[in-house]
Amino acid sequence: MTPKAATAALRLLAQVLLTLFGLLLATFLIARVVPIDPVLAVVGDRASAEVYQRVRAELGLDQPLWVQFYRYVSLVLHGDFGRSVLTRNLVTADIARFLPATIELATAATALGVLLGIPLGVLAAARQGSWLDQLIRVVGLLGYSIPVFWLGLMALLVFYAEIGWAAGPGRLDVFYEDRLAPTTGLLLVDSALAGDWAIFRSALAHLLLPAGVLGYFSLAYISRMTRSFMLDQLGEEYIVTARAKGLSEARVLWRHALGNVLMPLVTVIALSYASLLEGSVLTETVFAWPGIGSYLTNSLLSIDMNAVLGGTLVVGVIFVTVNLLADLLYRLLDPRMR
Amino acid sequence: MTEGTRSWQDWLASDAPASRRQARLGEAWRLLRAFLRHRLAVAGLIILGLLLLAALLAPLVAPYPPAAQHLAERLAPPGAQHWLGTDEFGRDILSRLLYGARITLGIVALVTAIAAPVGLAVGCTAGYLGGWADAALMRLTDVFLALPRLILALAFVAALGAGIENAILAIALVAWPPYARIARAETLTVRRTDFIAAARLMGASAARIVLRHIMPLCLASVIVRVSLDMAGVILIAAGLGFLGLGAQPPSPEWGAMIAAGRKFMLDQWWVGAMPGIAVAVVSLGFNLLGDGLRDVLDPKQR
Repeated sequence: MTPKAATAALRLLAQVLLTLFGLLLATFLIARVVPIDPVLAVVGDRASAEVYQRVRAELGLDQPLWVQFYRYVSLVLHGDFGRSVLTRNLVTADIARFLPATIELATAATALGVLLGIPLGVLAAARQGSWLDQLIRVVGLLGYSIPVFWLGLMALLVFYAEIGWAAGPGRLDVFYEDRLAPTTGLLLVDSALAGDWAIFRSALAHLLLPAGVLGYFSLAYISRMTRSFMLDQLGEEYIVTARAKGLSEARVLWRHALGNVLMPLVTVIALSYASLLEGSVLTETVFAWPGIGSYLTNSLLSIDMNAVLGGTLVVGVIFVTVNLLADLLYRLLDPRMR
Repeated sequence: MTEGTRSWQDWLASDAPASRRQARLGEAWRLLRAFLRHRLAVAGLIILGLLLLAALLAPLVAPYPPAAQHLAERLAPPGAQHWLGTDEFGRDILSRLLYGARITLGIVALVTAIAAPVGLAVGCTAGYLGGWADAALMRLTDVFLALPRLILALAFVAALGAGIENAILAIALVAWPPYARIARAETLTVRRTDFIAAARLMGASAARIVLRHIMPLCLASVIVRVSLDMAGVILIAAGLGFLGLGAQPPSPEWGAMIAAGRKFMLDQWWVGAMPGIAVAVVSLGFNLLGDGLRDVLDPKQR
């Protein structure tokens, strides 16, 4: 690494640390503005003034704000998010249980978006102004306009209730639930490892609709970006050279132009993955998908603040990390950035 | 084309305006024509015009009062009596959508009224002052930009309590950072110009320069960004309403209406489908308008 690249990487790292600090501060302040008195929640409203004061001191609430923030940060850094009021489990244990479902969903959706979105984007750029190009434009515009939870409801109505192509809400048929000991928590992987293909099929049938709905939004974004990157490349001189050499149009498109587009696309795919993690909050509720999004929503509705803050922190950290990885990968892959 | 129209169009399109007024009107005329050539943007403008009309005229055009219950006609399918059907209390869905347009517009207006001035103030101040103030304000902006917006807004609403006011506040709180970035970038391009130097020589204070000379120049870019963002704001607001954290029933907010229609999805699809279509059409309108405005106003794209 050259010194210039090293300074750039250090700056990036500093920015990430600052962002994570901001995330901690934001969640801490959110916990402060909750209009519920945490002391009353512990002692009940008939406790004497001395008990109230003692618990208040035990909780550290008589300390100045910055001391409280310091305690909060050290707890979080030790992986202690407290206990969920709703599930009565440690928040970290809950998150470990619910996160794999979200990862499985977001990964499947991104895979759909990449596998369909990139070829569509390339073809749209190759035939600018054709019906395919117009279609991509419409798909993209709708992707930015349709509420994801509403599309999920409509997909359930049409493909589950009316046509019966896909399985309904949840991750598995009730029949199969708890029959598989979780190793990775990703049902497709776990069932394949165990060789239980009935469960694998059930899991796949359940994954189809939510992944399809989220995948649509990923596809809308990725195809649009691929198209515009490709258009930039197709205007370059090396494309003219390649064509002049008599290379087939397919080779020019899929090897020369696409090869140069893949690097910026890595960033786009990572951004799309991060935003799917976020979008899963609304999608999971619709599909009763037992992931971190459902967990977060249920805790939100019952003002289970430990769970809300823990979930927000974990999703936020993943969000920031995925974006950081995308940035680093881009620097690593693109020789001009070295 | 008659002689009269020809001459005023020539006057507007003139290359050598004789007065400042002619030059200004001419520029506006050129932008207007560029905008009108953009068919999709005009379609977006029409959609939003209809939304505005629906919100203003809801009491006149709605066939029924939004809260009027006709239990005998509950869950009626779309038909001549009720164009878009009725919900579980026999309320006319079309009328509720028309009144709901007021809520949607209100959310959009309030979020803009809070987030745009905050973003402008932060961005212009950072850009004009430079140095430490710039570094500090922009790092703060970057932190906010890097965090997941929807989840942060959800957590804020959970803490403040469910309700439309808190939802608006939470959305505004996560919406300002892009405006600050844009305003700063615009400020950097004008802070070294002669007219700013002249204003400073005449003894204008930093506050006056930022407020009177720099902010107005940043407005155009911020307006474009706002109109592109509004689709996202509407989607987040509908999402909050859907989760039960935004507007509360019996308010005819579209997201809350979708949530109510969820129970009847399988047999009475129209209860949940219609408000969803309304959300999609309106955010599509903002997206089309924003795209068009960017093409017309952003000189780098030309």
